[in-house]
Amino acid sequence: MLKNNNDKKNNTNTNEIISIEQQKFLQSVKREKYFIRTVQILIFIFFITLWEFSARFKLIDTFLTSSPGAIYKLIVKFVEDGSLFKHLYASSVETFAGFLAGTITGILVAILLWWFEKLDRILDPYLVILNSLPKTALAPIIILWAGMGFTGIVVTAASISVVVTIMTLSTGFKSVENDKIILLKTFGANKFQILKSVVIPSNFPNIMSVIKVNIGLAWIGVIVGEFLVSKEGIGYLILYGSQTFKLDLVMMGVFVLAVIAAIMYFFAAWLEKKVIKY
Amino acid sequence: MEYICEVKNISKRFHTINNETKAIEDISFKIEKGEIVSIVGPSGCGKSTILSILAGLEKPSGGEVLLNTQSIGFMFQKDQLYEWRNIFKNCMLGLEIQHKDTEENKDKVIQMLTKYGLYNFRNHYPSQLSGGMRQRAALVRTLAIEPDLLLLDEPFSALDYQTRLAVGNEVGEILRREKMTAIMVTHDIPEAVSISDRVIIFTERPAKIKKEYIINFEELCKDRTPMNCRNTQAFGDYFRQIWGDLDYVEK
Repeated sequence: MLKNNNDKKNNTNTNEIISIEQQKFLQSVKREKYFIRTVQILIFIFFITLWEFSARFKLIDTFLTSSPGAIYKLIVKFVEDGSLFKHLYASSVETFAGFLAGTITGILVAILLWWFEKLDRILDPYLVILNSLPKTALAPIIILWAGMGFTGIVVTAASISVVVTIMTLSTGFKSVENDKIILLKTFGANKFQILKSVVIPSNFPNIMSVIKVNIGLAWIGVIVGEFLVSKEGIGYLILYGSQTFKLDLVMMGVFVLAVIAAIMYFFAAWLEKKVIKY
Repeated sequence: MEYICEVKNISKRFHTINNETKAIEDISFKIEKGEIVSIVGPSGCGKSTILSILAGLEKPSGGEVLLNTQSIGFMFQKDQLYEWRNIFKNCMLGLEIQHKDTEENKDKVIQMLTKYGLYNFRNHYPSQLSGGMRQRAALVRTLAIEPDLLLLDEPFSALDYQTRLAVGNEVGEILRREKMTAIMVTHDIPEAVSISDRVIIFTERPAKIKKEYIINFEELCKDRTPMNCRNTQAFGDYFRQIWGDLDYVEK
């Protein structure tokens, strides 16, 4: 009942005239928010300016560090001739395909391991070892097996996220509060209903965090794959740039990756808010 | 007399690698239709095991259970509301599982929510409700499948004292008004005496029936609510007797 009263109080408060202290409090909260945002932007501007000035006054060797101005010019050039989008598109498609393949396979295997508990116990040591193995070490083999191109890169991207997805979700599935399952059993639920009505929905937060991690892992796989084989993509640009000592190109690739990472982060956060309302 | 449930010489053993535990030994009782029975006993004596056996969640090692029921409702210590479902959907859970989520039953759940003061909270999530309201929502979820036997496993012990009295009182009245048959396991003697028609006392593990009390508040007649019971002379007498039977020794 207590919580209920509090809710009511909050509701009436917004309708009533807000007291001066409350106004002051709200203002100070707002001011702090603006302050933090301003400092964040200033750090970025400061860093970029420092980099540009050091380059112009030859304090650093632009052959090794490039400069914001040069990167900007290169981006403009790449945007104008459309090649930036070509590379971006190639990498994005590979990442998306790898992410989907890894995540869906991971979820399905985790469900299988929950369903057949003995299988889970049998496979446990293999999963633990596979998980601690650096998957990028397998990339050359995977690419040889799956193909020197799109498929190979996608499989590499998927393989990096699949084991950790299985491990995280199968732990999550197993740690559902037992009484929540017993409750369903008292209603006469079968195993599929238990999976559908409690095991999966109670793991929504876990699934969301797996998705967030897997987007990043898929990018790692794609970049590694593109380093090894490929004629296009951001990874290809970076590798090509470094081999021909065009640091502007390398830096541009990294910059584009940072922008994409930021966009994906906000997208994942938005998705999480949409899916998890409680 | 029509019996809803008859337990005959039930025993239960639990096995682990290191040992075998006798939880229950030779317990027999009958529950009449419309009767509210409490099982009281020392903690860890196997009271909850009896409910699990009645609900069909566990098999007894010996003896048999005769049930004359269509469906059984189970209430837990914690409300076990699913935090990702709103209150209405939580209350529909049992009906959904049993494929009875018809429009008619949806209306019925809405009516029950209204009756128990939860209508305005039907679209809220459990985390937005107080402990007492959550336990009431759990009761609606249990009653929605129209059980003819209700099993309550220390249903109020996770609530704070005042809420516990209030919700206990409320649930006790509802059980009596709806003429429910119920078996409640508790270690709270006043709760058992105030709510039930009969109190069965279990011994230490392995649990056997030590004694049985018919709880009768003649002076209250029709006005028997758990709260009123607590104010009578007889209430204190029952309490003292049962407390004596439990023979509490601090270990």
